[in-house]
Amino acid sequence: MLSKRIIPCLDVRDGKTTKGIRFRENVDIGDPVEMARLYYEEGADEIVFYDITASSDRRDIMIDVVDRVAREIFIPFSVGGGIRTLEDMRRVLLAGAEKVSVNSAAIHDPSIIREGARAFGSQCIVLGMDVKRVVATEAIPSGYEMVIHGGRTDTGRDALAWALEAEALGAGEICLNSIDADGTRDGYELALTALVSGRVGIPVIASGGAGRIHHLFEALTEGQADAALVASIVHYGTHSIGEIKERLHDLGVKVRRTWD
Amino acid sequence: MIAVVDYKAGNLRSVERALDRLGVPCGITAEPGAIRSADRVVFPGVGAAGSAVEDLKASGIDRVLREVVDRGTPFLGICLGAQIILEWSEENDAACLGLLPGTVSRFPSPLPGPAGERLKVPHMGWNGLRKRCDHPLLEDVRETDEFYFVHGYYPRPASEDHVIATTEHGTRFPSVIGTGNLAAMQFHPEKSGEPGLRILERFARWDGRHAE
Repeated sequence: MLSKRIIPCLDVRDGKTTKGIRFRENVDIGDPVEMARLYYEEGADEIVFYDITASSDRRDIMIDVVDRVAREIFIPFSVGGGIRTLEDMRRVLLAGAEKVSVNSAAIHDPSIIREGARAFGSQCIVLGMDVKRVVATEAIPSGYEMVIHGGRTDTGRDALAWALEAEALGAGEICLNSIDADGTRDGYELALTALVSGRVGIPVIASGGAGRIHHLFEALTEGQADAALVASIVHYGTHSIGEIKERLHDLGVKVRRTWD
Repeated sequence: MIAVVDYKAGNLRSVERALDRLGVPCGITAEPGAIRSADRVVFPGVGAAGSAVEDLKASGIDRVLREVVDRGTPFLGICLGAQIILEWSEENDAACLGLLPGTVSRFPSPLPGPAGERLKVPHMGWNGLRKRCDHPLLEDVRETDEFYFVHGYYPRPASEDHVIATTEHGTRFPSVIGTGNLAAMQFHPEKSGEPGLRILERFARWDGRHAE
């Protein structure tokens, strides 16, 4: 039986992690390669890198990060942020990532999903979704709307319909981020997660809102998520990946055992 | 020297990096001569059965692979490389290499789980192994170890004797298969953390024999 995956997410700007990461004797670590290695050793099942480098002429820095990460960790990892073309995908995959994540570029031009899946295989293509709760209307019957630019721009597109469309186009996985829950540390948006995960046939990673281990438990059970993305809960040393997995195991969630 | 067979089918560099980490000399190659003279051969792959087999046949590598397997060279198929060693795949109705009798099937859809829930296809993520017999490559595998899978099809050797370990995803499917010097795994040992690296390390020392 498949284990539920616990996936730390690292935001990277100009080759450095952006949050004042404090863990392991309160040492500040800004190097994404070093952090990836530590999470790998703690038992992370996968790692997500999100490149928030503003200027496109500095994107080569991320390719170098990917290349170095691939030499240090032997679990899958994905890269998102700024992926707009097949060539962007190719560079990241060749540098050693297993998967690429497309978000706003796919909203603008959904065919990037189909072309990416055809060129590299569906298993490589993750659809990143930023979703906001709205009043259900005829245009947005699920009551969840796709947003871009970190939630600042509405798209008028129904989140559930977009998830199903992306699956049909060949997306291999969905990373489902709730803009409402993101950063609150009050728990994942369970209704959204269950809605999407219950309807699509591809794995769904719940994202946004984890503040306590119990929130992961909720997302992976009630929310029907296949995996849970974690950020501040591990970056600020609240819990290690190992602690999270051990607690989830005790609560009856099947996780990959990486402790003895 | 381990030859990692290059047929434009993905994850070659992941395998190379994992072997590098273990300090095992290896080279990615599509050269028949280099594959023939290698001490061991890794046959990786991500992608679709039909086009992969066509590429291998067009380049003549299919015959080279048969030759090294017949000669007793330790041979490790990974993921797609564990499927197309069989005779036929449901994926694209593709004739395959026939290095081992059997076929490749797609997971049924819908695929119900033990509690009646709908399981997802592809089978993506970490899952365990149940050994059917001892095998030198799996000697370090502990009961709690898990491995990284990502696939929508799975290998079905014609003979139960060629099933070395199985995995459960809606159905119990063969996840490690082989006979003699030929071994193949549906999961990615190069992406399965330390337990996966230990399998590759075992392979780097394997002489291709095991007590049946």
